[in-house]
Amino acid sequence: MFDEANLIVGLEIGTSKICAVIGEINTEGALNIIALGQAPARGVRKGEIVDAPLAEECVRHAIVEAEQMANVEIRDVFLGVTGGHVRGFTNRGVHRVLSADRNITEDDVSDVVKNARAINLPAENSIIHDVRQHFLLDGQAGITNPEGMVGKLLEVDVHVVHGVTNRMQNSVRLVRNLNLEVNEIVFNGLASALALLSSEQKELGALVIDLGGGTTDYVVYVNGVVRHTGVLAVGGDHISNDLGHGLKVPLSRAEKLKVEFGTAVPDEAARGQSITITNEMNLPIKTLNLEHLQRIMSLRLEELFQIIRSDLEEAELLPYIQGGVFICGGGARIPHIAQLAETIFQAPVALGHTGSLSGLKSALDQPEFLTAIGLVKYGSMRSPKPAPAGFLPNLKTMFNRFLPQR
Amino acid sequence: MIPNAETPTPAWETTGSPVIKIIGIGTAGVSLLENLATAEFAAAHRVAVSTDQPSLNVSTTPAKLLLEAKGLRGLGTGGDAERGYALAEENVAVLKSACAGAQVVLLLAGLGGGAGSGITPVVARVARESGALVLAFVTLPFDCEGNRRSAQAKASLAQIKAVADGVICLPNQKAYKLIDEHTSVVDTFRITGALLLEAIRGIWQLMTRPGLIQIHLADLCALVRDKNAEGVFAFVEASGPARSREVIEKLLAHPLLDEGKALAECDAVMVSLMAGSDLTMAEVNRVMEQITRQCERAQVIMGATVDDAWKTRLSVTLITAKHSVPPAPEPNETIAHRPARIAGRPTPTVTPSPSASPAANPGPSPLQMQQREQLVKQHAPGGRRKADGKMKQEMLQLGTITKGRFDKCEPTIHKGEDLDVPTYFRRGMPLN
Repeated sequence: MFDEANLIVGLEIGTSKICAVIGEINTEGALNIIALGQAPARGVRKGEIVDAPLAEECVRHAIVEAEQMANVEIRDVFLGVTGGHVRGFTNRGVHRVLSADRNITEDDVSDVVKNARAINLPAENSIIHDVRQHFLLDGQAGITNPEGMVGKLLEVDVHVVHGVTNRMQNSVRLVRNLNLEVNEIVFNGLASALALLSSEQKELGALVIDLGGGTTDYVVYVNGVVRHTGVLAVGGDHISNDLGHGLKVPLSRAEKLKVEFGTAVPDEAARGQSITITNEMNLPIKTLNLEHLQRIMSLRLEELFQIIRSDLEEAELLPYIQGGVFICGGGARIPHIAQLAETIFQAPVALGHTGSLSGLKSALDQPEFLTAIGLVKYGSMRSPKPAPAGFLPNLKTMFNRFLPQR
Repeated sequence: MIPNAETPTPAWETTGSPVIKIIGIGTAGVSLLENLATAEFAAAHRVAVSTDQPSLNVSTTPAKLLLEAKGLRGLGTGGDAERGYALAEENVAVLKSACAGAQVVLLLAGLGGGAGSGITPVVARVARESGALVLAFVTLPFDCEGNRRSAQAKASLAQIKAVADGVICLPNQKAYKLIDEHTSVVDTFRITGALLLEAIRGIWQLMTRPGLIQIHLADLCALVRDKNAEGVFAFVEASGPARSREVIEKLLAHPLLDEGKALAECDAVMVSLMAGSDLTMAEVNRVMEQITRQCERAQVIMGATVDDAWKTRLSVTLITAKHSVPPAPEPNETIAHRPARIAGRPTPTVTPSPSASPAANPGPSPLQMQQREQLVKQHAPGGRRKADGKMKQEMLQLGTITKGRFDKCEPTIHKGEDLDVPTYFRRGMPLN
């Protein structure tokens, strides 16, 4: 049905669900999301696989569902990774331009980037991404492409995201067991940001918080480039666990209570209120204090945001996120979460809807799916554009190149 | 300490407390020596040897030897090992008097510079000639210090190996695994220094504390002699009820052991445990079982020491050695030729021949060999078998805070707080 060479698949193995999204690059080079498959995840904790056979089964379900929806066969995927071991930091590379005319060549640019990339990582870690930020030429900041300019000292900042190799290989191995190729591994937070932010928002400065089941990934864009990334191995699971612990109910019940009564900001009206939980025969089992439920939950969320805030403060990035805070992941569904984020970050807050993809069915535009959609978007940026057949489309892409890119 | 230090009898082999001299050589050695100025090492005679006055000035060591020659104008050797060597040869008499009376001489030096690389081989030789067991603790320079220094260090190491009874060598480059992007240079050197000091501490404990299962120093020397220079050592410590498990964990994660690779490849291992009198056989067994499992081919020597002051603490010192392909007679050659080349001074050719100094030769006598084999047979595998049945029983955790579904997970620690524990619980929110 579709030309499979133009298919791009994003696979996110999340803590609460596994999500596979298929995108297609049409003849005009635009990206279309054509299918989505998902399955509740088992054998995953805090974004990392703890029971490979169980998780493998779930991944298979999600992949099959997506394949059936699009009626294609998936051969390779862009795989999202996360986990408490993933870290990001920015490193500056310096290069002295040695030619007589001080003209900066392509070699100088590649040298300076190489210098910035040469960092001292722990032996067991490997780099997931190295995102080039802006160049500095003789101390002049904000240069996006120094090639052809004149100067003697070229510097560049590179944001490096790295993690423990073996732990990332676990999910790669799992996908390979299903006879799928892994094109590239991508940090989930970056994928979410790609799906969420338009280039204007990236330019203005934005914080993307992906509140997942097991981890919370966050990414800061300033002046159009990634400035900061982070992972906290705390997510929706922790809220359920807190509720189960505090209200003395089983985890499955706590999960339901969270969805039904949960809120990010305690409600004045809930004071003194109580909930009666019933068994399947509608007989009352237990009475719970609604106020406690709400406070347990809001304390956890507040702490989570505070940790992110203090991390940004340390990185001196807090003043730069005035473009807004964008929340996605299952956590974006918590009532009043935007209100809580607004009071903590003192910036406008928006809940995640993809702002950068056209032609997406509204059924797919849910905050939970953003990471997987972002993975597809990442893939489309990395894959070569398909060679259009015939002369006319060729001409069209030629002109497209001169048109402003979205 | 033994008051009668002058008698070079091997009395210490029976009493277990030898006269020990620790000699720090060169700037690095002197500053390492400085760290040993604690009560723990009070029984040792410390001697600082250097070629430049400033490094000796900062030292608090009572015995300081400044090797000086007119040609150097008090500026040290200028990083030239040949000068250091010549200087040491000139002052053999002084060095000899410094080593006199010691039964064990521990040398501390950072190889690569002039004093450390040049003087250490001479001191080792002199000490051995005066009838002491010589164990050298040296560091090799970082790769970035340049190839001249590393060549000097390697040549010096070969010379020391030829004359000393044992060499424990820490290539500084290995410390890279212990540091990260933000570690300062000062901290890095402190880390490498600390690693070396741990080894010394381990050996010190071995020699000075009465052992339940004794390891003789001769055993140790036999272990490190003729083996690869880059023998690996590790010293770990833990306390509390789960200490034996913790110790093993730390040991296997020890950066110098290369994730246990060093253990798997080595030919001989010495394990020394030290704990309070509450040390149980099961604990010894647990530690030894894990270690021997890692190195099935190797010869394992094991010792255990009990010190009442060590309540609830357990420390393990591990030294491994690898048989290396003997690097030909090259080291001897260098030693034989070198002095002649430098000063034209007639120096006795130094070859570690047993006949030259029979009293000093610490090679394992047949008796010691027998003892050691017996020791290995008795304590390592036998002890393990005895307690095998009890091994499986685990300690019941009695925590008041449950982490629910995250109990078995790797904890998420943020600024010292375990985020897996419910927030309301940590904040002390009342629920009633």
